Amino acid sequence: MIVEELESIWYIILKDLRAYYFKPPNISWGILFPLVLALAFTLRNPSGFAELSPGLIAMAALFGTTSMEAIVITFEKRVGALERLMLAPISLRTILMGKILSGAIFGLMIAGTMTLISIGFMGNQITSPALFIISLLLTVLTLSALGALVAVSVKEVFEAQTLSNYFRFPMIFLCGVFLPVEAMPMPLQVLAHVLPLTYSVDALRQTSMGSVHFRLLFDITALVLFLLTFLILATRLLKKSLE
Amino acid sequence: MQNAIEASSLTKYYNDLPAVDHISFNVEKEEIFGFLGPNGAGKTTTIRMLVGLTTPSEGTAIVNGYDIREKIVEVKRHVGVVPETSNLYDELTVWQNLLFMSRLYHVPKQERKTRIRSLLKTFELWDRRQFKFGRLSKGLKRRVTVAAALVHDSDIVFLDEPTTGLDVISARSLRGLLNELKKTGITVFLTTHYIEEADQLCDRIAIIVNGKIVKIATPESMKSVVNTQVVEASFDSPIKSAIAMGLEALGEVEVEGCMVRLFTKDVSSAIEALTILSKEHRLKIEYVNMTRPSLEDAFVKLTGVASDVMKAEKEGGGRQS
Ligand SMILES: Nc1ncnc2c1ncn2[C@@H]1O[C@H](COP(=O)(O)OP(=O)(O)OP(=O)(O)O)[C@@H](O)[C@H]1O
Ligand SMILES: [Mg+2]
Repeated sequence: MIVEELESIWYIILKDLRAYYFKPPNISWGILFPLVLALAFTLRNPSGFAELSPGLIAMAALFGTTSMEAIVITFEKRVGALERLMLAPISLRTILMGKILSGAIFGLMIAGTMTLISIGFMGNQITSPALFIISLLLTVLTLSALGALVAVSVKEVFEAQTLSNYFRFPMIFLCGVFLPVEAMPMPLQVLAHVLPLTYSVDALRQTSMGSVHFRLLFDITALVLFLLTFLILATRLLKKSLE
Repeated sequence: MQNAIEASSLTKYYNDLPAVDHISFNVEKEEIFGFLGPNGAGKTTTIRMLVGLTTPSEGTAIVNGYDIREKIVEVKRHVGVVPETSNLYDELTVWQNLLFMSRLYHVPKQERKTRIRSLLKTFELWDRRQFKFGRLSKGLKRRVTVAAALVHDSDIVFLDEPTTGLDVISARSLRGLLNELKKTGITVFLTTHYIEEADQLCDRIAIIVNGKIVKIATPESMKSVVNTQVVEASFDSPIKSAIAMGLEALGEVEVEGCMVRLFTKDVSSAIEALTILSKEHRLKIEYVNMTRPSLEDAFVKLTGVASDVMKAEKEGGGRQS
């Protein structure tokens, strides 16, 4: 059964990548988006880029995962293609894991491009590569699960976009992408700590800029918990839609 | 032999309104069972419950030996579904779509290609296997969707309005394929607005109106609900109404020139009476014709839904893709 489930997840990923993500326009957006983002910040403040790069990698992951994935899921709901999957002898959780993983792969591609830009052109060093990769993988998975949760809770493609923006923009400002969380007023700091991106930015910063603290373990645990929560909630919502 | 489907008190409420209202029925193995009813009768909702796309509010059903409330994944394993709209993946080719379906249904790797190849050949889709699904015509999309429902060797196939929106030729060829399917031992459950389609294809028909089953029977016995037949005789010279009056004991009579039309339950006496009439008045019978009641007549009688309603739907085409 486990094998069947893993196989199904894999086939859903393959199908989604082929049918949606790996279309030329999406690939080129996936490369252009981080390039433009990087360029915008280096031109403005060339020396500050290194400091910003973990935040920008997290931001690339955020947009990379949530934007396309929400479209894919709501589109499939709209045209009835998601029902195809629901007719198959696989669980709703399997379907969602397939969707989340394919979104995460696309997000990883974009965040990876951003990472390469920051290493290649800005001379950044990834100081703890293994831990950095773990942090990045958890980041794209968690954010992708958030995207799936948003997508299953709405009907239309545009609603998914609007609702994602409710999360995305506050996260960019609150989660330490541009401004360290510690520099913000206390209430905002509290708010920042219920948002997953905060832990991503912190984990990416620690693993790419020198000093890994014990805190990393906490970040990673938080990301895993967010991931599981989003997956469970999304599965519940999808199940509820059958009633 | 166990039934393919056993529904008991299956019910679905949408906002307190019953879309499907405590329906019970059995579908035998290897039969073609039709759900016939007007728009909004609850046909699609019934299928959606039976295949696990929506949970019943009350009641349950055993499909292929498993309770849909408890073992829906087991049900899904051997059930194929052709939804109201052909909803495969536009961006994938015909071949890729079928391959994806065979994978989702865990068809063993070594069997996938042979199964898909033989389905594509049966459905005359082999030449289009590299076409993107989105680029196919409605009729071809429908055929691919039916093929996709068979890729995993299903025991039961559900078809929601398989021919709605197809032209006469495509509809006929699809019906031909459905009839072929039956020979392979598959149970077919289909819904339709088309009375003729139900008549041609189905072993048994359930008529569903407002979420309730009005009648389940074979097309033949349904027609016998309308038990008057029309006996029409044409003579060599015009008939005076007065002469025909003698036939009225047998049923309603219509006279039109040389033609007498008799609406009767007793065909045998009607023919006898016509023969006597011809002898007594030295008239020659030129031809006799009898028409059996149509399923449409039966439908109207059973449901009170005017057949015009069904006709209008047909012409309106409906929503399909
Ligand atoms: N998701 C839903 N939410 C609310 N009401 C619904 C839903 N699905 C169906 N209904 C209602 O349930 C009733 C039965 O609908 P259903 O689609 O089963 O009819 P049908 O017999 O398939 O009709 P058609 O011939 O038009 O396809 C209708 O009144 C419909 O409006
Ligand atoms: Mg319907």
